[in-house]
Amino acid sequence: MLLRSGFIILLQRGALEPLKPVTATTRILLGAGFFALFLGLWAMATEGGYVQPLFLASPGRALAAGWSLLTEYGFLGDMGMTVWRVLGGFLLAAALAVPLGLMMGAYKGIEAFFEPFISFARYLPASAFIPLLILWAGVGEAQKLAVIFLGSVFQIVIMVTVIAGTTRMDLVEAAYTLGARRSGILRRVIIPAAAPQVMEALRLVLGWAWTYVIVAELIGAQSGIGHMIMDSQRLLDTGQMIFGIVVIGLIGLVTDLLFKLLNRRLFRWVAL
Amino acid sequence: MQGLSIRGLTRTFPGQGSAGPTLALQPTDLDVAPGEFVSILGPSGCGKSTLLRIVAGLDRPTGGSVTLSGRQVTRPGPDRGMVFQSYTLFPWLTVEQNILFGLRERRVPQARAREIAAAYIARTGLRGFEHHWPRQLSGGMQQRTALARALANDPEILLLDEPFGALDHQTRELMQELLLEVWGADTPAARKTVLFVTHDIDEAVFLASRVLVMSARPGRVKAEVPVPLPYPRDWMVKTTPEFAALKAKLMGEIREEVRKAALA
Ligand SMILES: Nc1ncnc2c1ncn2[C@@H]1O[C@H](COP(=O)(O)OP(=O)(O)OP(=O)(O)O)[C@@H](O)[C@H]1O
Ligand SMILES: [Mg+2]
Repeated sequence: MLLRSGFIILLQRGALEPLKPVTATTRILLGAGFFALFLGLWAMATEGGYVQPLFLASPGRALAAGWSLLTEYGFLGDMGMTVWRVLGGFLLAAALAVPLGLMMGAYKGIEAFFEPFISFARYLPASAFIPLLILWAGVGEAQKLAVIFLGSVFQIVIMVTVIAGTTRMDLVEAAYTLGARRSGILRRVIIPAAAPQVMEALRLVLGWAWTYVIVAELIGAQSGIGHMIMDSQRLLDTGQMIFGIVVIGLIGLVTDLLFKLLNRRLFRWVAL
Repeated sequence: MQGLSIRGLTRTFPGQGSAGPTLALQPTDLDVAPGEFVSILGPSGCGKSTLLRIVAGLDRPTGGSVTLSGRQVTRPGPDRGMVFQSYTLFPWLTVEQNILFGLRERRVPQARAREIAAAYIARTGLRGFEHHWPRQLSGGMQQRTALARALANDPEILLLDEPFGALDHQTRELMQELLLEVWGADTPAARKTVLFVTHDIDEAVFLASRVLVMSARPGRVKAEVPVPLPYPRDWMVKTTPEFAALKAKLMGEIREEVRKAALA
């Protein structure tokens, strides 16, 4: 019944025409609607007694667990730690990978030199390096950053290479006929043309970096969201675990939103 | 030796896979005096763009040579301004910044560069659109900006490869008049040399002081028709019997080439 009436409302609002954009209100309502549906099902399954609390805490219990984490166990410190690790490793990776990718995309000789190795390296799972990294760098921050770095750097290089390599040739030629030399082509055509897509690629990879950091924190960490989740497992506290996971999701959502806003700001010409 | 001089220019594109090599340009000779406006007319695929790209330095000939005022052309340079058929404004730069591109590349002092840009913005009727991005402009405005961008560099020769090819008929006629106006604004001695590629006979005659007809591929210059109509010209000239006679003559020259190209 509920599904049926929902479907009818969607039709009336013109939200099911192929490729037709929906209004902002409809979009927000629909997006919030699925969250509500999800929470409802979760509450029904747990509060209704269909699932043992040992395996899955109810939304209410997860929230309560979260409150005590924040007020009694200094969880904000863990969150800060994790955010700093993600950003640190990610920014290090971007600082190396973006320039390298741009050079590889622009100069086919440089691409030929690095591309085969990087294509191979990007299939090496970052998490498989954790034991080795612990051996090399101990269980300190360097090791955490290294996991994020390894997980992101090759992905960014490959994506940026492709983006820079597909710069419109007619724009490059136009620049040549206007007197640009080799360095001008890179600085004033390839880089500005690639910039919006490079930022989109970074947004994507930052999302992946979040998955690596948790893996890094599950093993040999004294702080961080992943470490808290590990601790909670020992205490069989599914409420805390779920709260930790939700917090990761929320931080991810917020950074993604900020990234999108920044891109829209920086590259107003793209959206025209 | 002043002006453009082309000697025995040929271009063969290597074949790809099972396809053999393509001879795009047969040995071609051409001389264009400074300040001359030459239209190049030919059927699709006859090598017009290839010829222009070689003069621009964007493509290398298989044989022969191009010299501009005695200097051999080997690479692109700001002395040869080009406007392409496709829209090639830099989408991340505004109209004014696009026009400033070449001036900045040549390290023209900022104040002077802005003066030049403002002058060409005025000449091409783009006042009020300086701070628009290319995506906000109509096709005609984009090509006017591209023209202003090429002219701002004060090139010795302008290479125009079907610059109005993608525009609708009315806009196209307006653009032709605007081009003649901009070109004719200089004194006859200071006018730019222009090579204008098109496959529109009206356009070729209306603009040029000389029309070259190219044969179907492999291209070569097969006929040359001077256009003795005096400048400045306006659209009324298209209604004169002289214009009609020139058109008829060119139509005769080109029809058989177009047929050959279509059957090839
Ligand atoms: N990069 C290339 N590689 C291979 N063949 C090419 C290349 N560029 C052009 N050609 C071939 O050379 C011939 C001439 O091409 P060109 O673009 O100069 O013709 P055109 O006269 O400008 O045609 P149109 O009026 O359609 O623009 C064509 O047969 C084309 O297929
Ligand atoms: Mg062409």
